[in-house]
Order: sequence, then structure tokens, then C-alpha cells
Amino acid sequence: MYEFLTGPMLILTFVIFFIGIIWRTIWYFRGLSWQLDRVAYKPHLSYGIKGALRSVIFWLLPFGTRSWRFYPGTTLLVFAFHIGLLFTPVFLKAHNIILNERFGISLPTLPEGLADALTLMVIISAFFLLLRRIAYPQHRIITTAYDYLLLLIAAAPFITGFMAFHQVLNYQFWLIAHIISGEVFLVAIPLTKLSHFIGFFLSRIQLGMDYGIKRGGMKGKGMAW
Amino acid sequence: MPEGKLCNRTPVNTEEQLHALLADKSGKQYYEEMNHLNVDTKALWATIQKTLKSRLKTWLEICAHCGMCADSCFFYLANKKDPKQVPSYKIQSTLGELVRRKGQVDNAFMQKVMDVAWGKCTCCNRCGMYCPFGIDMGVMFSYLRGLCHSQGFIPWELKIGAGMHRIYRAQMDITTEDWVDTCEWMAEEYEDDWPGLTIPVDVAGADIMYTVNAREPKHYPEDLAEAAILFHVAGENWTVPSEGWEETSLAMFAGDWEACKLQVESVYDAMKRLQAKRMVVTECGHAYRATVIEGPYWAGLPNGQTPIPSFHYVEWVAEALKSGKLKIDPAKKIKEPVTYQDSCNYIRNAGLKDAARTIMSYIAEDFREMSPCKEHNFCCGGGGGMNGLGRYRKERNNGLKVKRDQILATGSNLVVAPCHNCWDAIRDLEEVYRVGIRWSFLKPLLISMIEVPEHLKPKEE
Repeated sequence: MYEFLTGPMLILTFVIFFIGIIWRTIWYFRGLSWQLDRVAYKPHLSYGIKGALRSVIFWLLPFGTRSWRFYPGTTLLVFAFHIGLLFTPVFLKAHNIILNERFGISLPTLPEGLADALTLMVIISAFFLLLRRIAYPQHRIITTAYDYLLLLIAAAPFITGFMAFHQVLNYQFWLIAHIISGEVFLVAIPLTKLSHFIGFFLSRIQLGMDYGIKRGGMKGKGMAW
Repeated sequence: MPEGKLCNRTPVNTEEQLHALLADKSGKQYYEEMNHLNVDTKALWATIQKTLKSRLKTWLEICAHCGMCADSCFFYLANKKDPKQVPSYKIQSTLGELVRRKGQVDNAFMQKVMDVAWGKCTCCNRCGMYCPFGIDMGVMFSYLRGLCHSQGFIPWELKIGAGMHRIYRAQMDITTEDWVDTCEWMAEEYEDDWPGLTIPVDVAGADIMYTVNAREPKHYPEDLAEAAILFHVAGENWTVPSEGWEETSLAMFAGDWEACKLQVESVYDAMKRLQAKRMVVTECGHAYRATVIEGPYWAGLPNGQTPIPSFHYVEWVAEALKSGKLKIDPAKKIKEPVTYQDSCNYIRNAGLKDAARTIMSYIAEDFREMSPCKEHNFCCGGGGGMNGLGRYRKERNNGLKVKRDQILATGSNLVVAPCHNCWDAIRDLEEVYRVGIRWSFLKPLLISMIEVPEHLKPKEE
């Protein structure tokens, strides 16, 4: 079971993940239309790139935009959640050992204590993101069952990983559950709206180009996000 | 029942159709007919498939339902944080649902969509600045208005407005003759006070081609005279075109893209015909947005630019003040606290905030910014056509509260509002809420405080 999940199944997962992401990116850019979107992307590419960079960079910085500053609690939760979500699995020691065994590659790794803290950070922020959806009417009204499912898909590998690492009750059970949920997560990224993994950048680049080229970027100093 | 006599899928292209609609007071019969208008679901879905591309599809799909757009919307704030006013909810329950059902929707659904697209959104695009993914719901509502228009579900006034553009190339029934007469009349009217004042029509090769909002010749012709006076004092070599002088676009508010194209092309034709060095448009936000920002795309100009460089009035004023073409008498500067209404259409959506600040630094001693301001300012409450829609008057008046409170918080009683929609909305908010504020375009303020060179003054009798 373990051999299969970390062998052929892992390869299949990565194939779906990477091809899905690449396909989404190509599909997105091919679907842009200067006339329907009303943005002259190509004739003013340098303004577009400037606008796109502003649009992405300010939004990648915690409290970098007025919106992030307006919702400080949400901003902390969102950044804590995503930083843990992205860095922990990539730089986890155990993952890099498997990577090295299977594919002969590995990355620098996080100290175990830090990885454990980041994992907890993901679980705790996921819990508060869940509460936030339930507690506030302005979030409840737009929340669907799908949103809860996706939150579960994203948090599950961290919960199971945490249990496995601390060998709670049955290590084997948590380990297998962790691998499966991790693979589900990776496959879900290109196939569900977790595709904002790449969609965030695509959409931000587009709107940045829109502001950079059409909506003032060629006359003003650029949008003050 | 299929299509009605007044409410149908056919745009207004003749004066006869237009008069029939105008005769239907407040659109009573029009809205009654709308209750029976069927939805051509096949055509609707075909249009969606052809025009809903990766940008809009991605926006609809990846919305994380995080709710960060909620507080960006002035309707949400004005309606005591009613969750049904959250922008994400508004677009997901209309356009989102329409796409999920593959266009298989009925009359009741389309009427609901219309009521949201025009009655709960002014397409101010503020939400797009607060969404981490950059999902611009104003853009989506504008797109949705186009879909509604194609199915005949549009507010009565906008069917008329778009029809006006189709027939007269203006938002009102003003013929070329009416326009030229108004120019002559205004020049004559003010000639005594301003010797040598003219409104030159169709002069080729001028430095500036000036264009207006049809309301000016129709209802406020003195605005045209004021523009002439300021150009005159500044020593500008300017002209107005006899045709292609109207920059506004009720067609844009209606989502009638074909009429939008017809309208802006009339202005672009004038630009090409007169070969002025540049174009300057009057103090109107959506006119600039329609003709300068969006128009080139409707007209299919791949570089996204108008045929000659185009400027909003605030850009010209800022430049004239900086270069000294217009000089302000320091004794006549505005002494009282004064604030500035940043128009969504030329500030947020066209980046002209600095021109506005330059002007205020020259004319006001106690300029007070609204909070928030510049790109982040709230819509006046009357944008996107909302000022003119009887069906949504209650919603509009309620929404004005946000602007009211913003103005009051500055402690100023005077609002400079160089945008017709903002100007109207602020006038109406004073009428509704009686808070004791005044509002003004730039032109009358400037005329009251400029230094007039001796040779331009009337000779003493």
C-alpha cells in the first residue's frame, strides 16, 4: 500500500498536478481577448507588465494593500494559512527523504520543530477560517458545501500529518491517510477552484494589465492597491 | 406572450419607436409588457458561449467566497450590511447562476437579474480593488447588462437613452442644427462681457477639439459659454465639431454595445475630420470613460487609443493652472473648507487623481480629502445610470447616505464635483437629506477667481 501510494500513485498525482496547472495557464492566456476584455495587451506590453507586477507584488505582501489593511484579522488568518500550506510540505524533511529515494532530488529542509509549528498554524487558521464562514452573515450567504469540502481537502493532509508525526494511536493509519489526503489535495488543485493556486496570479496579472494599460496606468503613477 | 410593442428585444432605431416609448409615462406599459416577455434561452446561451472567455470564467470559478468584497460596496454599507448586498453574492446569484443553468432561465429570473444589475450595482468597480483575486464585479455587471439588453430586460429610461444615441448620436434629441445654434447663441449672449468671445465650430487643425455632455446644450447651455470663456482667457486655439460633439453614452449604461460603437465612432470621425492636436471633454466622468477608455475597444481600434490624444477637463485645467495660462487671483481662492468628489470613471478607472489634487492646490485654501479618497473613493451613489432610473429611485436615495456621511465627515459644506453624475447625485442627496451642502462644477468656480488680462476685459462705455 505504502509503496504503491508513494510510487505510481505519487507519479500520477504529480503528472495531474503539473499538467493541470500548465493547461490552466495556457487556457487562460489563450482565452484573453483584447476586444472583449477591452485591454490592448500587446501594443502596450511594457505598461502591462508594470501594472501586472504591481498588482501581484502588493497583494503578496501581508498588509500590502488597502484591502489587507482593512481586514487585519482575515489577513493574518489568510497569510498564516497559506504560508504554512505552501512551505511546510515542500521543505519538510520526511518529504524530501522520499523525494530523494524515489527521484534522487531533494530541497533544503525545515527543522522539525518549525515544521510542526507551521502545521499547527495551518490547522488553527483553517479552523478559524471555518468559524468565520459560519459566524458572519456576509460570509455565510456566499458559502456553499463545496467551500467546506475544499477547506477540508486543504486541511486534511496537515491534520493527518500532524497525527502521524506525533504517532497518535495508530501511526500506520495516519500515515496512509496522510498520503492519500495529500494526493487528493494535489489533484484537487488544478481540478477545483483550489486552482486559485495559479488563478490568483493569472487573474491578478490580468487586472494589473487592465489598470496598467487602460485604466490610468499610462497617465498616472499606477494603481495604489 | 412573446415580445411587447414597447418592451422587446429590438433596440430603438427610429423616432417613431422612440416617441412611443416616451409617451408611455414612467414606463408603465413597458414594465407591464416586460412581465410577459419570454427569454430566448438559445440565443442567450449562444451569446454567453461566444463572449464569456477565460477572464470572466475564471472570476466566476475561483471566487473563494471570502467576503472581502463586502465592505467595499457602498450599497452593502448603506443597507445596514445586508448580506444580499455582498458583491460576490450579487454576481454569483445572477451571472453565476445564469452560466450554471446554461442560459435556461425564465422571465422572473431575468427580471431579478435586471433589478440587481441596475438597482444594486453602479459598476463603480470598487469591489475589484478589494478582492485578493482581482475579481472585478463591476466589469461582470457591465457584461451582464449587455446580456440583459440582448434579451430586452433593461430599464425603460435606458432603452430610450440608447435609442437616442442610435438616432441622434447624443443622449438627447439634439440635432446638428440645435447644437450649432446653441454654440452661436451662447457666444452672442456672453460677447458683451467677454469681447472677442467665440465658439468656433468645425475649425480644422485647432489645438483643442472640445466635446461635451448633451445635457449641457440642452439644459445648461451656460456651461458651454463658461468653457468658451476659460479657453478664451487661456488663449487656447480651440474648436467644437458640428457633429461628433457628444461624448456621453447611456448606451454603455444600457449594455447596448452596438449603440456604444455608433456613438464613439461619431466622435472619432470628428477627430479625424478636424485633425485637432488633442481632444478635451467637459466635466463628465462617464463621457470620458465611454469615449476615451472603453470606446476604442468598441470601435475595434487595436491599440486601445482614440485617434487623437484625449484629455479630461480636469487634466486641461491642471495644465492651464500649472503653465500659467489661467491665473488664480489669490484673494478669490476658496476660503471655506472644501472637498472633492473623485469620480469613479476618471479617477479609479482612468488614473487622474493627481490632476484633481493639482487643481485643488491652486483654488482652495482649506482643501479636505474625503475618507477614503482617490481610487478608493466611494461612488457618488448615482453612477452607472442609476440617477436616471425611476424604478430604482428608492435604492438610489438610500445609497446616497454613504456619500452624505463621507462629505459631512470632512467638515466642508462645499463639494467640487467635476462629473455630471456625481454633481446630480450630490444635488439630490441635499434634496433628500437636507444637510446644508453646496456643490459645483469647476468652470463657474474658476471664472469667479481667475485674473482676466486687461485686453480681454470689456471696454468701459
